Amino acid sequence: MLPRSERWSLFGLSPVLIIVVALAMLGALCIGRYPLPVHDILRFLGASLGLGDMPAAEYDTLYNLIVRIRLPRVLAAVLVGASLSTAGAAFQGVFRNPLVSPGLLGVLAGSAFGAALGILLGLPWASVQILTFAMGVAAVGLGVGIAGLFRGGGIVMMVLGGIVSGALFTSLLSMVKYAADPYNQLPAIVYWLMGSLAMADLGQVGALAVPMLLGIGLLVALGRPLDALTMGDDEARSLGVPVRSIRYTIIILSTLISAMTVSLAGMIGWVGLIVPHIARLLVGPGNALLLPTSAAIGACFLLASDGLSRTLTTTEIPIGIVTELIGIPGFLLVLGRARKGWL
Amino acid sequence: MSDPTLSASQIRHAYRGRTVLHDASLELAPGQVVSLLGANGAGKSTLLRIILGLLPPQGGEVRLGGRPLRDYPRRELAGHLAYVPQVHATPFPYSVRQVVLMGRLPATGLFAAPGHQDRMIAEQALARLGIGHLAERPYTEISGGERQMALIARALAQGSRLLILDEPATGLDYGNQIALLDLLRSLAAEGYGILKTTHHPDHVLASSDRVAILKDGHIIADGPPENVMSAALLSDLYGVAIAPTRLPDGRLVILPAADRARRPPSAAPIFPSTLELSA
Repeated sequence: MLPRSERWSLFGLSPVLIIVVALAMLGALCIGRYPLPVHDILRFLGASLGLGDMPAAEYDTLYNLIVRIRLPRVLAAVLVGASLSTAGAAFQGVFRNPLVSPGLLGVLAGSAFGAALGILLGLPWASVQILTFAMGVAAVGLGVGIAGLFRGGGIVMMVLGGIVSGALFTSLLSMVKYAADPYNQLPAIVYWLMGSLAMADLGQVGALAVPMLLGIGLLVALGRPLDALTMGDDEARSLGVPVRSIRYTIIILSTLISAMTVSLAGMIGWVGLIVPHIARLLVGPGNALLLPTSAAIGACFLLASDGLSRTLTTTEIPIGIVTELIGIPGFLLVLGRARKGWL
Repeated sequence: MSDPTLSASQIRHAYRGRTVLHDASLELAPGQVVSLLGANGAGKSTLLRIILGLLPPQGGEVRLGGRPLRDYPRRELAGHLAYVPQVHATPFPYSVRQVVLMGRLPATGLFAAPGHQDRMIAEQALARLGIGHLAERPYTEISGGERQMALIARALAQGSRLLILDEPATGLDYGNQIALLDLLRSLAAEGYGILKTTHHPDHVLASSDRVAILKDGHIIADGPPENVMSAALLSDLYGVAIAPTRLPDGRLVILPAADRARRPPSAAPIFPSTLELSA
């Protein structure tokens, strides 16, 4: 029998991951304030594909519930969970540190500031989202730029640059909160920072799906050179890997998809840190398998978190709180089971 | 071009105005074990990085098979020249087999998964170093000596005929050090060219065809170990009185001189290279 780390090839693993995510999506469509049995969803699916018949009134009700209310959230959960988890796994490899999360270089701090500023300025929602995305990218640009001021600093300078940039944007966020109208704008900012999939609509999810899935796919393609990168710069170069371009490509792709998650769903913590560890326990550290597995588990993790946030109480709990509440004990469990050698 | 010779000629390099290497020249041909000996701070690591093409020299040139190193695409260079770093810890528990398979990256390209042939080559490299039984163990959980073997196996899987090893004996117990030296000798007998840095003059005698002595950024001697490593040269190199001694069976061993305590202290500055170069 092949060792755990090589039992799967990407070719064999992909269908399994896709089926698991599809089942999780089906389950997520069932749950909510009005629970739906699975066969209703399948009958609706059949009817909308013209394979079966359904009374018009029932069809309309189900269309409203499934397509207009639940589907956008389910798709957003899949995209956000997969993006944050893939970006987190890629960052852990690039920075050779399993305790790194996608926010390391300041993307989440920058995006949070962008969203808050947009709300403060009373911009239309689409503009808020663009500002959110742009500020996330700007924060990483600033962090990497600071690192570039110091010649030959490598990844340590980049981490320090990210800390500086993150601190700057966090203080800017505080200024915006301080300036915001406390009855109207401030609650909106605070709720957004807790994360929510409730604002997702189908058109927007569809528009972001293409770049997010493309970003995840490109990161997965970079899995093998990323393996070499985790061994050290000189070793990776001596193995024929163009270290700088691979590293910057991974950082850019991870930043873009992370910033998009904040545009779509606000700040959702812990997913990008914990999910790669779960994936590593399942398929080992090889990034060619680790990244797609992280994407699939991240999607399922966020679907489950969203399900809890919708059903635990009569009013919805912000999903960022749920991921943190699940994430902390989950992380402790993973730490206990993880292979030693990096702590 | 089969089994080309690597030659560094008149390498000059400085960090922030401090000269690290000047006119350092070194050659490595297939079938040879060459040791690079030098005190701390003599510039060994810098010379190694330049020879590997990881650092462009500020003066002089490194050629592989007569062609300047900088003209090689990185992937092609990796097919000729493999780097075996000092044993290190990695943050992720790659299996030994995965580490060795990374050696196939230059052959498969960055984006293709390793195929059946690549896996066979990796298995052969594992078997050649006698660590086939470790293939599925995490690299993070094996001993230092076993990690060194895994890194050499990766270099063999890479298919390069010239291996550059940075202090391969560091951190190994005595038995593993001797086993490593024997392994390097037998690899050279198979046609591999091996360049290693070391802090042990005895290891040079036990394994090398040639030794190059690096002092203050300059190769001050290069030749067969028994000719080069005289009492005067070693004492000067390390700043401690050293006495090469001939055993009754004809072997030469390097020992500190018995009367070294009586040497005047002025003859032995602790960091000669840094003191002289910064002046």
